Amino acid sequence: MNARLAAAVAAGRAAGLGSRLLGRGGGTALPGLVAERVDPAIVAHLGRQLGGGRVLVTGTNGKTTTSRIVAEILREAGRPFIHNREGSNLMRGLASTLLFEARPTGAIPRARRTTGLFEVDEATCPAAARALAPGVFAFTNLFRDQLDRYGEVDTVAALWREALAAAPKDATIVLNADDPSVAELAEGWSGPVHWFGLDDAAFATEYAGAFDARWCRECGGNFAYDRRYFAHVGWWRCTGCDRRRAATQTTGSALRLGLDEATFEVEGIGALRMPLTGTYNVYNALAAICVARVLGLPPEAIAAGLAKVRPAFGRQEVAELEGRHIRLLLTKNPAGANQVLRLLEQLAGGAQGTLKVAVLLNDRFADGQDVSWTWDVDYELAAGEVGSCWVGGDRAEDMALRLKYAGWPAPGAVVHEPAALLDAIVAGTAPGDEVFVVPTYTAMLDLRAELVRRGAVGRFWERGE
Amino acid sequence: MTGPAPAPRYQLRLAHLYPDVMNIYGDRGNVLALRYRCQVRGIELKVTDVNVGDPFDPAAFDLVLMGGGQDREQRRIAEDLVAKGPAIRAAVDDGLPALVVCGGFQLWGHRYVDHEGGVIPGISVFDLETRHPGPRADRCIGDVVLSTGAGDVVGFENHGGRTYLGPGQEPFGRVRRGFGNNAEDGTEGARRGNAIGTYLHGSLLPKNPAITDELLLAALRRRYGADVELPPLDDAAEQAAHRSAEAIAARRSRGAD
Ligand SMILES: [Zn+2]
Repeated sequence: MNARLAAAVAAGRAAGLGSRLLGRGGGTALPGLVAERVDPAIVAHLGRQLGGGRVLVTGTNGKTTTSRIVAEILREAGRPFIHNREGSNLMRGLASTLLFEARPTGAIPRARRTTGLFEVDEATCPAAARALAPGVFAFTNLFRDQLDRYGEVDTVAALWREALAAAPKDATIVLNADDPSVAELAEGWSGPVHWFGLDDAAFATEYAGAFDARWCRECGGNFAYDRRYFAHVGWWRCTGCDRRRAATQTTGSALRLGLDEATFEVEGIGALRMPLTGTYNVYNALAAICVARVLGLPPEAIAAGLAKVRPAFGRQEVAELEGRHIRLLLTKNPAGANQVLRLLEQLAGGAQGTLKVAVLLNDRFADGQDVSWTWDVDYELAAGEVGSCWVGGDRAEDMALRLKYAGWPAPGAVVHEPAALLDAIVAGTAPGDEVFVVPTYTAMLDLRAELVRRGAVGRFWERGE
Repeated sequence: MTGPAPAPRYQLRLAHLYPDVMNIYGDRGNVLALRYRCQVRGIELKVTDVNVGDPFDPAAFDLVLMGGGQDREQRRIAEDLVAKGPAIRAAVDDGLPALVVCGGFQLWGHRYVDHEGGVIPGISVFDLETRHPGPRADRCIGDVVLSTGAGDVVGFENHGGRTYLGPGQEPFGRVRRGFGNNAEDGTEGARRGNAIGTYLHGSLLPKNPAITDELLLAALRRRYGADVELPPLDDAAEQAAHRSAEAIAARRSRGAD
């Protein structure tokens, strides 16, 4: 072990201790940042000790949930692993996660048997691939994110190709066959590919709504869809050449979505149940199952791990407030919001005017300062199903206008403050009611803080994050 | 909807140019705003998507809309747009109302010159040229408030290219908050007849109902005669969103009131 690495680990740990003593919450990036200054290659020096497989998980949406499911499966399989669960998904976050696992010498105990599981930000992929030389590299999907963040979808695709060029040639890449932008990563990849996808005609929709323009990189032809599940995701084929959705090794079918859980079948494993709902979460599960299979984990561990997964922060959390069930469904971009709306439509099961929904829009840095994206979201999808609605957040007026044009009923309140919003929700509902809350990121933080202040107790709230 | 009685039965034909390709930053909101404000007034709005390779006769339409796109997308449609250019120019000279946003605005000028000198030709509806100062220059991103002939206009801009108007070219508005065409001369967008080009999205039309109605009224009068009037609507939600955007811009964009 080298002295610089040991010094970096010591500096990072001291920074972590310092920020905790000062009471600065969530200081998960700081130790890594400090340690990287001492040893810029700290992620490589620590991470490459891990001999039980190094896994990178990325994608616009679902990377957190996917890596959490993999973690549960690893736990069930009895495999030691390191996961940046609480850490950020940038290089400094990976460094923070790793340095707290290391001894003062810089050696990670049991490293040869330990699996490294890393959720990685899209733009961090090239650096992470170079540092960690992953054996498994999973890509969940590629959507337009807030455009003031990375610019273009093409930019992300180019970063991913750069990351693959830096990955070991015999790494297995795990790809979503139903997302043509992810699928094209297979072209030019000479190593093994493990495909996942959905085979359930009942979940195909005529109404795909807004989606990013996509066409064939090979020939410029447009894509046609035999089935479209949402956005540009489905059973695609090129109308100009013979490129089409690949056959999948891990295939989900027989989906059933409930309020709190989803069931589906995977060939070779059987019926599976998980306490997460939404088609998007089934895709996350399929990605995780692929990763588990590539790591050689047994079907029993996969089934048991799925059954134990818990929602990520702000996603599908439930708070009890004066007898109302407040269900948080975080949305960070148009694709995520569309999937939540589709879920609401599915949960209504055809009943009109029954759903109670609050939509919260903030425009702070972490939300994206440009609220135009709300016009790319198909709030129309749930217009008939919504019976009462409330609108909150810094840009509540913009959201109220969006919902007016989408044909939603007139809102019970259009207010900025979370306290006023909760008052209005309580006034407009009865004990036992289910209320779906669809917030952007910082609006979710504010609302959560107000719920905690009011003593609302949730099923997942005890988990410190 | 308890509103004013529907106007006599009118129909408007809207051509949406390249909707699958040029649809960045919520451009769809502009179609939704036009549709909504027609619908509650009993005006039928027939939307025709015009894609690459489709025949397009602008004389057969009352309104034209075109949004923005990423670089790759703009290159994909440029050649097709140039082929349609002369007919579009003639129709705009004949009073055709149009709204073109961001990338669409740039391509309705003479040309777009990227930072390596590569040129994407435009259709010269507006007397302007857009140049990209290179990857090291900051993009113009943020909330915008304009003064225009139709009152204050609010929106959000996000563009790398700098647009420079020719000597006689009228801007869409004057920048009060934000960057505008080039962050230098205080102009934003361009106007020719009833055609508006602008960098503003947000989306533009929903929270600027005066502009939406100006386009609709111009389209109706051009088709049905100068005595057509638009009944006013209950715009409380539109005005609230407008005021909110104005307040945000005052807080975080450069400029003065
Ligand atoms: Zn093709």
